[in-house]
Amino acid sequence: MAVHWRTLLTALPLLLSLGTAQAATLHVDNEGEPGSLDPQKSANHWDSRIQKAMFDRLVDTAADGRLIPGLASRWDVSDDGTVYTFHLRDARWSDGTPITAEDAVFSLRRLLMPATANHNANLYYAIHNARAVNRGERAPEALGVKALDAHTLEITLDHPSGYFLQAMAMGEAAPLPRHVLSTTKRWIVPGDTVVSGAFTLGEWHPQSQLTLEKNPAFYAADTVALDRVVMYPLEDTNDAIRRFRNDQIDLSFAQVPSSRIDWVRAQRPDALRTAPWAGEYFYMFNLRDGALADARVRKALNLVVRREIITDKVLGTGMRPSHRFVPEAMSGADGVTMPGLDAPYAERAEKARALMREAGYGPDTPLTLTLRYNTDDDHKKVAVAVAAMWKPLGVTVELYNSEGAVHYAAIKQCQFDVARYGMVATVNDPIDLVGSYAAGGSAAAASGYQNARLDALIEKSAHIANAADRRKVLGQAEQTLLDDYAVLPIFDYVSNHLVSPRVQGFEDNVMDEHPLRFLSLASPSTPSHSGE
Amino acid sequence: MLSYTLKRLAFAVPTLLVVITISFFLMRAAPGGPFDGERQLPPEIEANLKAAYHLDEPLPMQYLRYMGNLAQGDFGPSFKYKDFSVTELIMQGFPVSLEIGGLAIGLALLIGLPLGVIAALKRNSTIDYLVMSLALGGIAVPNFVIAPIMALVFGVLLGWLPAGGWNGGALPNLVLPVIALSIQQIAYIARMMRASMIETMGSHFIRTARAKGLSEVQVVLRHALRPSLLPVVSYLGPAIAAIVTGSVVIEQIFGIPGIGRYFVQGALNRDYTLVMGTVVFYGALIVLMNLLVDLLYSALDPQIRYDD
Repeated sequence: MAVHWRTLLTALPLLLSLGTAQAATLHVDNEGEPGSLDPQKSANHWDSRIQKAMFDRLVDTAADGRLIPGLASRWDVSDDGTVYTFHLRDARWSDGTPITAEDAVFSLRRLLMPATANHNANLYYAIHNARAVNRGERAPEALGVKALDAHTLEITLDHPSGYFLQAMAMGEAAPLPRHVLSTTKRWIVPGDTVVSGAFTLGEWHPQSQLTLEKNPAFYAADTVALDRVVMYPLEDTNDAIRRFRNDQIDLSFAQVPSSRIDWVRAQRPDALRTAPWAGEYFYMFNLRDGALADARVRKALNLVVRREIITDKVLGTGMRPSHRFVPEAMSGADGVTMPGLDAPYAERAEKARALMREAGYGPDTPLTLTLRYNTDDDHKKVAVAVAAMWKPLGVTVELYNSEGAVHYAAIKQCQFDVARYGMVATVNDPIDLVGSYAAGGSAAAASGYQNARLDALIEKSAHIANAADRRKVLGQAEQTLLDDYAVLPIFDYVSNHLVSPRVQGFEDNVMDEHPLRFLSLASPSTPSHSGE
Repeated sequence: MLSYTLKRLAFAVPTLLVVITISFFLMRAAPGGPFDGERQLPPEIEANLKAAYHLDEPLPMQYLRYMGNLAQGDFGPSFKYKDFSVTELIMQGFPVSLEIGGLAIGLALLIGLPLGVIAALKRNSTIDYLVMSLALGGIAVPNFVIAPIMALVFGVLLGWLPAGGWNGGALPNLVLPVIALSIQQIAYIARMMRASMIETMGSHFIRTARAKGLSEVQVVLRHALRPSLLPVVSYLGPAIAAIVTGSVVIEQIFGIPGIGRYFVQGALNRDYTLVMGTVVFYGALIVLMNLLVDLLYSALDPQIRYDD
């Protein structure tokens, strides 16, 4: 019997592929239902994958995450890093209309208009007048963006920005079809959306599937291998794994959960793709009052947490123990680390006990802390482990879990002692994380952290055009945060995806960016599926 | 009958108004808002988002605005699925939930009713015990346990059916979710039918029927069945409303694009308009189903009349 099933299993994809032998169709688990396909109206990972496939940007992303020319074939940057001139290539919208610099101007103004309510607008605040436009204080025409001619776009910044080109490669910066948007309110229409990218929008059945079809009008259409991509919004990772086992999908953008990682490692090691990812899992301290206002307590709590036990024994998903705030794989400065964490555990524990005694806490005067996390099995495991590691210090931890919306609202309202936090960088730049702890940043507001030195360093970095110098200054800012023990870094994220060996052009990279235009499928006549 | 129906429908309006009002304020009272997420937004951006959805207005104002739009049949835009209005989302999802739910109820009746009748007629026999143990098992094992096991066995290991997905409602994609959804209903209906059948079979008019010399089959089909159906019918009203508006668990496990998941996702995402839309829709459906059940009553039991 078993032999029959196996034969059937291996033969099934072959049989199915016979009917569509000419068309290369990739089936993808895209994590969730898109919030919007308008690139300026939503900010999910899964939305932007589709948006970027439909709308090319002036600056594009290669399969390995590098920035490459997109609709702009090249660009010049002034010596002081404040004037960018983009030279657009001859490209056309899918309806045949030429793509011009005016389209890009239109799109950037729309991006910053308050009514658009774009989530990432602050990444573009370096553009002259951008913040004022976004606040509704200036008209969109005041934005420092202008079309010198049909093929030349000039953007003026108030100060250099280390991640400006990365921001220009993001979905929301894509030029939009001005001629369509100015006449139609509803312009995202399945089968009839005017696009500039490698794929057009075919059918869209919400909560079920969405089909992208190759766009013959795309300027590099001859390099696009896939004819069609079918995206499934699978919210249940177990559903995704079952369908992957069943050959119903070739690639899952969802993260393999820790509960399934051992199975995947044992059964489909050929399909598991693990790579460092630009995200940090850490505990935020509320520094406002009480014990955590005391740096000695924060240091002690940091010293006794054994990150490698959490990553290797508790989770086992390949996460990397972290001793700093900016993930190692990101383009942060070298040599930044939280002081004291490299000593052997016994020494650290001894030091921690002494610090707690100094601060006035011990077995007779125990410290009670609440630790909040958003409901999730893995977050719970980590919280329990950390609580156990703090126990020898005489720290009693009350665990408190709540759904995401409640959790993050509580953090925003400073209702916590210690709170679990996951920060995934939007751009590969340390300021995206460290900047949140500078004055006016969200983490500073929530945690009550204040350090004039860090603020000054962040401010200074905004005026440095040289990338290496800027990175060094941001490294000093990060080190300041770590010297204050203002956070408890636990691990750097990794991405864990299921990728069929048939899928080619999937290159691991720190931003976990995998543009569909560079993916292809190996010949379907050589199924590599090895059964159960 | 007609005036009764109209009166009931008129009563539905204040009922729904109360449901809407309570849901509206309960939803807003929940901590956390639609824009509270892992990525904390800078103040100016959050202000823009709130303004775009009128969340910057005082709550009573928002309530009046919502009621005004609702009176015009407009459920508003979804906060999370911005390319669709809530009405469109419900209209896309409902036919799917209706198909799965309708088939599941049909299957449950088709299997549950005969099982219940047989168990009642063969009371305390091996068949009775077997049916009732199975029914107890069906009630006790929740569908979030049954469904993944079925998907694993029939989808992955045997490869007979798709492990998930909708595929436009193709037959192979329907089988597993419909069965998974109906198991519990089969169990309920069988138990209910058995109990009510036993009661009916003990009544005087059944004795009279037997005394007339009718065969046992005729007694059951012509006299016992109709009155025994009454409790099942009254159960079916709310059950149908609940099942055709989607099962969150089944939809999630099999990746089915029904509206069940909107209840939970809408609430978790604080997608106020989506939650309200599904609540109003569900509320209206329950009112309607209860009315239908009451009308069906009079058809089944001549003692019940609604002409006042």
